[in-house]
Amino acid sequence: MTPQLAIFLVLAAIAVAGAVNVILQRHPIHSAISLITVMIALAGLFLLLESEFIAAVQIIVYAGAIMVLFVFVIMLLNAGAEERTNMSRMARYAGVPLAIFLLIELAYQIGAATLSMTPQPPAAEVTRGLSMLLFQDFVFPFELTSILILIAILGALVLAQRGEGVPAKGGQQKIS
Amino acid sequence: MPISYYLALSAVLFGLGVIGFVFKRNIITIFMSIELMLNAVNLAFIAFGRALGQLQGQVFVFFVIVVAAAEAAVGLAIVIVIARNRQSLNVERINLLKL
Repeated sequence: MTPQLAIFLVLAAIAVAGAVNVILQRHPIHSAISLITVMIALAGLFLLLESEFIAAVQIIVYAGAIMVLFVFVIMLLNAGAEERTNMSRMARYAGVPLAIFLLIELAYQIGAATLSMTPQPPAAEVTRGLSMLLFQDFVFPFELTSILILIAILGALVLAQRGEGVPAKGGQQKIS
Repeated sequence: MPISYYLALSAVLFGLGVIGFVFKRNIITIFMSIELMLNAVNLAFIAFGRALGQLQGQVFVFFVIVVAAAEAAVGLAIVIVIARNRQSLNVERINLLKL
């Protein structure tokens, strides 16, 4: 077993365990922490695939900014545990087995169909080549994303601002 | 090691995201399942880019992360509005469009 395969197996196990934990946990804050572990494991996998810039962006933007936003909103809303609902009979006896079947089938088919693909030798100066691509070939989409982010900021501000008639809500009740 | 390991892992993570999206009741957790699916797709992009020896896959991942950040900002603002108006995060109670 090569060291790369060993690192891959460890990181993959962490990622899958975290993803399963996102689904199993009933409290949203626990799900959020699990999702952060998934993202950090994925950043390690990106390093293994020799894409250092994306690994850094994954940790800084995804784990550092987006998930902090999630945790912030969970705490702002004082979100409590998810209400337990009895799954309908169809969901229990057809949904769960079908979901597990979907997982195994997807992984098996995609893995089997691409078994002959092997990684090419890595390009020299990956980050340099990436920035060249980003600012030469993809410069127009890159500028468009800045407009997208501006619109998103405005949209978030307009949506989340308190309206005229809505009183300020004090109190500690949990929202579930 | 073959690229198919990464793609199989990506498929598993995407499937788990779909399962969470369908089974969970809390709107914030559903939203986190969408982020999980986006992450799985990012892994597939980078694995394919590595297999083809090209950097375009990483550029796509960059754009996916930017769009995910914008989506998280707007989506969480919507979640705040829903929680303020309905006093609940349970998607079964958010049935305004139901006849």
